[in-house]
Amino acid sequence: MTLWLMAGLLFTPLAWAVLTLLMNFTWGRLVTWVGIVVQVLVSLGLWLAVSRDGGFYYGLGGWEAPLGIELRVDGLAVTFVLLTAVVASACGWHAGVYIDADKPWHRYFWPLFWFLWSGLNAVWLGGDLFNLYVGLELISLSAVGLVALGGKAGALRASIRYLLAALLGSLAYLLGVALIYGQFGTLSIAGVVFWLEEHPVPAGSSLALALMVTGLALKTALFPLHRWLPPAHGIAKSPVSALLSALVVKASFYIAARLWLELGEPLGNLAAAQLVGLLGSAAIVWGSWLACRQLELKQVVAYSSVAQIGYLFLLFPLTYSVSESVTLQAQQGITLQVISHALAKAAMFLAAGNLILSTGSSRVDALKGVSRFLPFSLFSFGLAGVSLMSLPPSGGFAAKWLLLQASLGSGQWWWVLVLLVGGLLSAAYVFRIYRASFLESSETDHFYHPPRSLEIIPMILALLSLGLGLVSAEVLSVMALPFEEEGSP
Amino acid sequence: MTTPLLYALAGALLCGIGLFGLLWLRHLLRKLLAFNIMGSGVFLVMVGLPQHQSGPDPVPQALVLTGIVVAIAATALAVVLIRRYYHLSGMSSLEDEPSPRGDDPE
Repeated sequence: MTLWLMAGLLFTPLAWAVLTLLMNFTWGRLVTWVGIVVQVLVSLGLWLAVSRDGGFYYGLGGWEAPLGIELRVDGLAVTFVLLTAVVASACGWHAGVYIDADKPWHRYFWPLFWFLWSGLNAVWLGGDLFNLYVGLELISLSAVGLVALGGKAGALRASIRYLLAALLGSLAYLLGVALIYGQFGTLSIAGVVFWLEEHPVPAGSSLALALMVTGLALKTALFPLHRWLPPAHGIAKSPVSALLSALVVKASFYIAARLWLELGEPLGNLAAAQLVGLLGSAAIVWGSWLACRQLELKQVVAYSSVAQIGYLFLLFPLTYSVSESVTLQAQQGITLQVISHALAKAAMFLAAGNLILSTGSSRVDALKGVSRFLPFSLFSFGLAGVSLMSLPPSGGFAAKWLLLQASLGSGQWWWVLVLLVGGLLSAAYVFRIYRASFLESSETDHFYHPPRSLEIIPMILALLSLGLGLVSAEVLSVMALPFEEEGSP
Repeated sequence: MTTPLLYALAGALLCGIGLFGLLWLRHLLRKLLAFNIMGSGVFLVMVGLPQHQSGPDPVPQALVLTGIVVAIAATALAVVLIRRYYHLSGMSSLEDEPSPRGDDPE
């Protein structure tokens, strides 16, 4: 049963990518919707199977590591697989209605969408460092293609910047992988940990970790390496921006976090951990501040992503040489932050897309008077904002509450200040959008009404993000499932 | 110093040259070539560094083959994007745009 689920999970996106490549946009949409149903069912089935029986290792096609591809199917991985299924299917559904079917090049949306999905699954489940690299590249290349789908010079410019940044990040990561293999003779993270238990730490192996984390930080757009992100996420079509902000940046962070949690103690040091935390805090403050000052609606949301990514990097100082319970709290907080931000930001970008569609302008001040005509989309935007502002009972609140406890528990009180300032600044940029939309204006009272399905999708995502805080204990219990390490080399 | 280690050092040097080019050059095609040089450097490190008594290690060779395929795909995508960008805007670099952004690492 699990074998069929794994086969479905890995095979469907690749098969659908090739299939939709042969079709026009309308047919591609129909086929994709079938594929989405399959993919959601398979992801749900795998999640249920793992939450019942625990995680396992899976050698693809019966080939074992190091030449075969070994997948690590644990509670955290299947949670992210399920999250991807939820967000990607929402974006796919939205895109099918939102994207103009008449432009011939838009038919490439579907193959790129499916390649992106297969890359994401490969990263969540990847067990060895090199296949994680391949998954990352699959994600980057299809994400760049999706940004370039706009077709205008501005979109191409943003996508080229994005591509160069992503390629540089990948190469830094790959160089780190080469050093790790040269030093330890293994590509699996578990193998490196096993080696380190028996031998003293060789000199210079922190360089490999530093290279990998730097490359991944560039791909995750950590301050000050964030400048490729706002143009790319801002100019892409709304469903694409939602996919990029919600899932793509999380993939590279997920790898960085797994590397740090396994190899941070032996190979890292305190100064590096604090430095990464400091850069994350700078991202929170600087990103939120810039979000308050943007003139275009989607730029506000994009800079808010820069800020929310900053929270993720607090994982580094909060898990380095602290007690077990603090590490656990920090990990749980960060995981909730990843999930709630993915849901909230996808909802926000999709709602922003609806608002732009109905006002016909991408500027914030064009929202004047829209509150009367499009309350539904604006409400979804606000609900997602509640999660970003981390008010109870949202998932964002549960995440920041855990981070707050972890900071106090480890005596690193300075991160508490960052959490507070970040929350206040995010309230400022969300309310700025609201203020603009509630202003009355005499000249424009004619708005285009987007189809009802476009308005429902962001609402569902926003409600999920809000409700995450209520079920956080259940979600976290699946992630903390015991995992048998016997399959590891 | 053994021959494979010499390859690895040459790879590190190539990486440095490529990185310099990627950050410093303005023309997009030159940036792309610099990326390829850097990639070749990484591959050289990858095959040069792991050394065994019993001849070459097959695993990094397989990895580098995959890496080359990925690099070709990335290069092809970049060339297509740069060509289209040049057709639409007449520019071959990212710097000289109405909104100046200084010297970006990207």
